[in-house]
Amino acid sequence: MDFLRPASWEEALAAKAEHPTAVPIAGGTDVMVEINFDHRRPEYLLDLNRIGDLEEWEVGEDSVRLGASVPYTRIMENLRGELPGLALASHTVASPQIRNRGGVGGNLGTASPAGDAHPALLAAGAEVEVESVRGSRRIPIDAFYTGVKRNALAADELIRAVHIKKADGPQQYSKVGTRNAMVIAVCAFGLALHPETRTVRTGIGSAAPTPVRAKAAEEFLDAALEEGGFWDNGKIITPSVAKQFADLCSAACNPIDDVRGTASYRRHAVGIMARRTLTWTWESYRGTAARTEGVA
Amino acid sequence: MPTKPTTGAPTKITQGSQTKGGIGESTLRPDGTLKVTGEFAYSSDMWHEDMLWGQILRSTVAHAEIVSIDTVEALKTPGVYAVMTYDDLPTEVKNYGLEIQDTPVLAHGKVRHHGEPVAIVAADHPETARRAAAKIKVEYRELPVITDEASATAPDAILIHEGRDDHHIGHVPHPNIVHRQPIIRGDVEEAAKKADFVVKGEYTFGMQDQAFLGPESGLAVPGEDGGVDLYIATQWLHSDLKQIAPVLGLPEDKVRMTLSGVGGAFGGREDLSMQIHACLLALRTGKPVKIVYNRFESFFGHVHRHPAKLYYEHGATKDGKLTHLKARIVLDGGAYASASPAVVGNASSLGAGPYVVDNVDIEAIALYTNNPPCGAMRGFGAVQACFAYEAQMDKLADKVGMDRVAFRQLNAMEQGTIMPTGQAVDSPAPVAELLRRVKAMPMPPEQQWLAAGEAADVRQLPGGLSNTTHGEGVVRGVGYAVGIKNVGFSEGFDDYSTARVRMEVVGGEPVATVHTAMAEVGQGGVTVHAQIARTELGVTQVTINPADTQVGSAGSTSASRQTYVTGGAVKNSCELVREKVLELGRRKFGSYHPAWATAELLLEGGKVVTDGGEVLADLVDVLEGEAVEIEAEWRHRPTEAFDLRTGQGFGHVQYTFAAHRAVVEVDTELGLVKVIELACAQDVGKALNPLSVIGQIQGGTTQGLGVAVMEEIIVDPKTAKVRNPSFTDYLIPTILDTPTIPVDVLELADDHAPYGLRGIGEAPTLSSTPAVLAAIRNATGLELNRTPVRPEHLTGTA
Repeated sequence: MDFLRPASWEEALAAKAEHPTAVPIAGGTDVMVEINFDHRRPEYLLDLNRIGDLEEWEVGEDSVRLGASVPYTRIMENLRGELPGLALASHTVASPQIRNRGGVGGNLGTASPAGDAHPALLAAGAEVEVESVRGSRRIPIDAFYTGVKRNALAADELIRAVHIKKADGPQQYSKVGTRNAMVIAVCAFGLALHPETRTVRTGIGSAAPTPVRAKAAEEFLDAALEEGGFWDNGKIITPSVAKQFADLCSAACNPIDDVRGTASYRRHAVGIMARRTLTWTWESYRGTAARTEGVA
Repeated sequence: MPTKPTTGAPTKITQGSQTKGGIGESTLRPDGTLKVTGEFAYSSDMWHEDMLWGQILRSTVAHAEIVSIDTVEALKTPGVYAVMTYDDLPTEVKNYGLEIQDTPVLAHGKVRHHGEPVAIVAADHPETARRAAAKIKVEYRELPVITDEASATAPDAILIHEGRDDHHIGHVPHPNIVHRQPIIRGDVEEAAKKADFVVKGEYTFGMQDQAFLGPESGLAVPGEDGGVDLYIATQWLHSDLKQIAPVLGLPEDKVRMTLSGVGGAFGGREDLSMQIHACLLALRTGKPVKIVYNRFESFFGHVHRHPAKLYYEHGATKDGKLTHLKARIVLDGGAYASASPAVVGNASSLGAGPYVVDNVDIEAIALYTNNPPCGAMRGFGAVQACFAYEAQMDKLADKVGMDRVAFRQLNAMEQGTIMPTGQAVDSPAPVAELLRRVKAMPMPPEQQWLAAGEAADVRQLPGGLSNTTHGEGVVRGVGYAVGIKNVGFSEGFDDYSTARVRMEVVGGEPVATVHTAMAEVGQGGVTVHAQIARTELGVTQVTINPADTQVGSAGSTSASRQTYVTGGAVKNSCELVREKVLELGRRKFGSYHPAWATAELLLEGGKVVTDGGEVLADLVDVLEGEAVEIEAEWRHRPTEAFDLRTGQGFGHVQYTFAAHRAVVEVDTELGLVKVIELACAQDVGKALNPLSVIGQIQGGTTQGLGVAVMEEIIVDPKTAKVRNPSFTDYLIPTILDTPTIPVDVLELADDHAPYGLRGIGEAPTLSSTPAVLAAIRNATGLELNRTPVRPEHLTGTA
């Protein structure tokens, strides 16, 4: 195994072009586990830790440009206002030590359906900035996940940053695991209200071959909110609307039975999380109950 | 200022009462700071110049004939020093085992479980060894797998072990049953007629892993005399030695074993793991060989807790008195016997729990299957039974219409109760009192997640940081349980320990040195030994020598026995040393003071004193130029085997009891559980080190919680392969899963035991699990006859 240590982003792109099989490594919280357990034997490891730029973020007018290696801890500490859904998701990632090392770039690179960041990115709306020696492009998050542990990156491309829409309304994130901390997702759910466009967006993790949005549920809720004038009158969402939204979120799942949970449980749990996060975000939008936010 | 009234007579002092750091004090453990700061040297940290790394190739299937093994490519790998298979074993002894030698050192012709060792490799780098092992080609011809009682005892079932000649084969109904123990007392059929209420239940206990944090590891160094020095993390050096030496073809004195840093055990190190493999490779290559399992391999490298099916029928009169118990306990021992026979003995003899029930018909068996081998784990057979009988007690109390705690108290055993084995309980058995105490503890406040302020503190809620509820769907439940565990090795086993104690002057101070072969696995034994030596010898300085086989056996660090038995041996040897020291004193100084001849003499604060407190001599002067040393074996009172038909017999040395009250919050919609509090009351006889006692009780309680809500090795019933051999998918409690554990310690002396102490390590593991289950049932109204409980079971989505 060769260990490549580019000193700059340009060198990294050149190295990736020369060795398309090279596996990029930053925090190492995923790649090292795979190597230690002998699940993976890459010919080349491409160490991105000398590229400081990847650990920086910029808050723009409409979005946050989040460097691929910004650790989850930084997101929790510094971007809770701009990216509340992702900050909540970050807090569910593994342990404090892992959160100090791991970042969203790794989640995207691995593209595991169980990656904690995905539902939050899908719900907020995001674009992945990828680059190769051939140039730079932005991949919409909806087009990024292409299969189980597969993404839209070309062999010579590296993830540089992710551009995430700044929250224009309340966002929530929930994850089910069979332990109260340090647990891989059995399934996860992200929800973002977008009052500016009067839309809602969702993200479901670990309940389909890839992270997915529950588009039918979103469309249903968009229509129901519009019809009832909810965005303006701020009324409580009726239980039947919440239930139908939840059912449609469950229906958006295409889960499997595995050692972590049954397909039937995943469908069920996604529905419960959808209903609860809808209540929390909507109550927050109505400006009533601080209690629904949740803290740790 | 008020003064005490004088009685005229001076208060007599007793041995050790004036010396600091003795028994009853919470002296700090020498390894504590090192462990929490990461400085402690574990067995996996050892290094030797020129050492090689060993690697084991394990079977990828659970049951198969081995058609061929091709090691050519592995041997060609640069850096590889040796590849060994069954054919390379040096003597006729090719199996090992704790009681039945049925476990092949390396597979011969057949593999019987997923992960069985097939070949071993030594190379100059661990990575090279791993890669070389991967190049060994093993051709398997797969056989059908036996995974449960039905497939094991079918008339045409393949025999897991052909031609059994062990001492259990004569009394088992099928060769795929390792051992069977009935316990029969009274007349169950007659008694059942008098029952106003009968409750039947079928319970399932999942396979728990010890999940110690320090994986199996050790270093074997070949000696110039043809022998080998083995540095190893184990629970019992001398038991290992007896199994290792014959396979190597060496006399026991040429296999010199030294305990190295043990990172937890919980029963998982009672069986051998890499010991023989490392020695074989070291002797073959002439170089030191180190083997360290990684976490994945560790799940295959040791036995687990027996999963069990338990069928229980209890009856009670309308007044709430138990009439009878019929029980059948089926333990899955997996492919090799390990400790299965003794686990059967415990499960059956303790199967009625801490209750008075005069008419009993219990049968326990352990199966041979192709599942992972199971053996010793904290609680050892008593855990599975407790899960079942405590569920039964709740159901029966409800039927009778009594409070669940009051029902237990009404039927609780006490000193003098006759066990189903016919053995009288001849020391305090405060079962009702323990229940009273846990019930009397203040309840944790409701809705603690709101305590922090306006927003819900998710850490106090089911799901924790995963942010699944802010109170929605959350229901509180409360549950109680109590259990009974034996202490020490039972059924006639000669369960002795050896201690060598030396007293001499070092640097102008009297110093005691304690040398035993006791495995310190984290239980705090070395701390207690130093305390005992201070108490018995009246010195401050105590040196604890490393545990090795240069001293006699200390027995196993298991069965809650080490403080009792090796502690007893240290006490005994100290007493013998004390007598010799006093003799020495009498010889040297007896003529100077009549008290040498007439008074009771004690050693206190480095001096010889009378029981009235008068100083007769400094120990430094008594010991000047001489050392007093004693090595002696010490035994607790003997036990006897259970009758093979009736289970009658004085089988256990001592009983130990703990009770729990669990308070849980259950998210009834998502099926997630947060245990808020697990209050425990336990009788410890005498707390030699109160801080360690609390630590043991809290640790045992947490391990019991683990198997209530998350810990389970999942074996595919179609292939008998382990599906979750990692800490990603075998979950153990984190600090956010660990509740507040208030502990109420009782000290009712057992007069048969040193200082009146009771073994404490296992009892809290028993009642913790059923208490949590009872609390979850209380919150959800579900029957829940299996542990661990998964979210699927609480949401109807299994």
